[in-house]
Amino acid sequence: MTATATEPGRAGAARDDRVASRSLAARLLSRPEVGSLIGAIVIFLLFMAVAVPFRNIANVGTILYGASTIGIMAVPVALLMIGGEFDLSAGVAATTSGLSASLIAWNLGLNVWVGVVLALVVSVAVGAFNGWLLFKTGLPSFLVTLGTFFILQGVNLGVTRLLTGNVATADISDMDGFGSAQKVFGSEFALGPVTVKITVIYWIVLTLVAAHVLLRTRAGNWIFAVGGDAAAARAVGVPVKATKIGLFMAVGFCAWLSGMHLLFQFNTVQSGEGVGKEFIFIIAAVIGGCLLTGGYGSVVGASIGALIFGMTQLGINYAGWNPDWFKTFLGVMLVLATVVNVYVKMKADRR
Amino acid sequence: MSSATVERHDAAPSDTPILALDGVGKSYGNVHALRGVSLKVRQGEVTCVLGDNGAGKSTLIKIISGLHEHTDGTMTLDGAECRFPSPRAAQASGIATVYQDLALAPLMSVWRNFFLGNELRKGPFRTLDIARMKQICDEELAKMGIIIPDLDRPVGGLSGGQRQCIAIARAIYFGARVIILDEPTAALGVKQSGVVLRYIVKARDAGLGVIFITHNPHHAHLVGNHFVILKLGRVVLDAHRDELTLEQLTTEMAGGEELAELSHELRGVDPGKVVAPAEVEHGQVEAPARPDEEEPSA
Repeated sequence: MTATATEPGRAGAARDDRVASRSLAARLLSRPEVGSLIGAIVIFLLFMAVAVPFRNIANVGTILYGASTIGIMAVPVALLMIGGEFDLSAGVAATTSGLSASLIAWNLGLNVWVGVVLALVVSVAVGAFNGWLLFKTGLPSFLVTLGTFFILQGVNLGVTRLLTGNVATADISDMDGFGSAQKVFGSEFALGPVTVKITVIYWIVLTLVAAHVLLRTRAGNWIFAVGGDAAAARAVGVPVKATKIGLFMAVGFCAWLSGMHLLFQFNTVQSGEGVGKEFIFIIAAVIGGCLLTGGYGSVVGASIGALIFGMTQLGINYAGWNPDWFKTFLGVMLVLATVVNVYVKMKADRR
Repeated sequence: MSSATVERHDAAPSDTPILALDGVGKSYGNVHALRGVSLKVRQGEVTCVLGDNGAGKSTLIKIISGLHEHTDGTMTLDGAECRFPSPRAAQASGIATVYQDLALAPLMSVWRNFFLGNELRKGPFRTLDIARMKQICDEELAKMGIIIPDLDRPVGGLSGGQRQCIAIARAIYFGARVIILDEPTAALGVKQSGVVLRYIVKARDAGLGVIFITHNPHHAHLVGNHFVILKLGRVVLDAHRDELTLEQLTTEMAGGEELAELSHELRGVDPGKVVAPAEVEHGQVEAPARPDEEEPSA
């Protein structure tokens, strides 16, 4: 069809003079991550002003570490939200993963790495189960994963107590393979005056890979489409089920990474860990510009959301404020960020 | 409206239909949306499917495009019986569809929507070839006479007509053998409808099989080679262009005497009459008198 020169439409039709071209600033402001970037700068300046230890360069490592533990999960959760779904089980799924690795290795007396690999299988399977159940039942993912959340919470506690008689796993630090696994999942290195945890590297790599996938690959196009209008996406040939189940499995993978860090950082895993984390991930994604209704958002924004979280958590400590109010602060931030996102987007779209 | 290019049904297209439906039906539980529909689609021809609201037109195209599977009868593609379990399977067989209700993801940009499901990729990492996709998208839309200054804009901000044009341009660009257009002119003005009709002719001339679904017999008669009228899920007319005039088509489509009745009825409405302004209580506008009741239920 491209060769037909005599087309009926006026190919050189005059531009619609009602549409003015948009300025660069307006186009920049309409990007989803702008709200979170502004928020991050404000928070940074605030704590630079009020908290003396915040200015200490050595504390950058601590702040980044706090951000990375959230960011590793916020990135896949943001992808999933762009794909139009929630995962409320993401927080406890990380604990499930850590528990699986530890319990399998300890109770069967295996090399720690066997536990690590089997935990990966468990985590990805939990993600796939979420996706499968979503399509099998046709229920909203909020309900499906809320169910998984409670199921996993109970399984975490029940199985751990059944196998160990305790609510935490045994210390596995003297088992075969622990040293090498800890190097991979829980080590740190010095970069000048800053001590960088390995999770920070994972976080940054995950962010870059996910941003690339989302914006520069076919899979990313499909993620936007299944979140924006799943029926329309299916009608033009996008495999909606596979895309969404894949996203849940990606959350499972990152829950595994997160769970392995939990395990190899502390040598044992508390079975009650992780409850409430799922909302932190969602908050980071929303602050980063993801719409709750799907089809729009940014992975980089979610990572900036995680950074805001890390800065706030430690900034409140460093400033000597009462940390009891941390959650309140977080809630206010969430609402503010959402309002700013919507406002900025609306303004920029009009220009 | 243009009628210069429509008088060439004598090109004698190949006699074997690319797609044939035989006694196809679709039931949703105890609702029979489509019953015993037979239809032949030949390449190089425009097959018009007409029918009033609820006649089963959309169900029919959803079966052909793979959104729904039929529950009765057989569908054959190139002479071999087939079923499309998904739209992707239908597309792989060269069938592209413009849906009336399922068109575009509103928050995605124009070019992303255009290439959705058919993304161009390049390089060893199979990354999206964004520059080429934008260029092709721009060219194809320009051919349809719409210029969108910023292809990165989300389609949600465009007018209904522009969105419809994007969907049509996409189907024409990607349709390899059969293009299905579900009420493509319903949301369009006169000028853009003309562009769409001329595109239908172009697609026919290129050798594609076109299925044009509409409830506008005037549009259908301008471009169609073959006419199928559906009513309450059944085929009530299946005729070649030679056997039919526009008047007959319009009459058949509207159900013959029903239309005569309507014009008779409306004769009494006294057009041009002006009455004194008044404020009306809720529910006080009277229903028009209906001389006859519903048609006999099937």
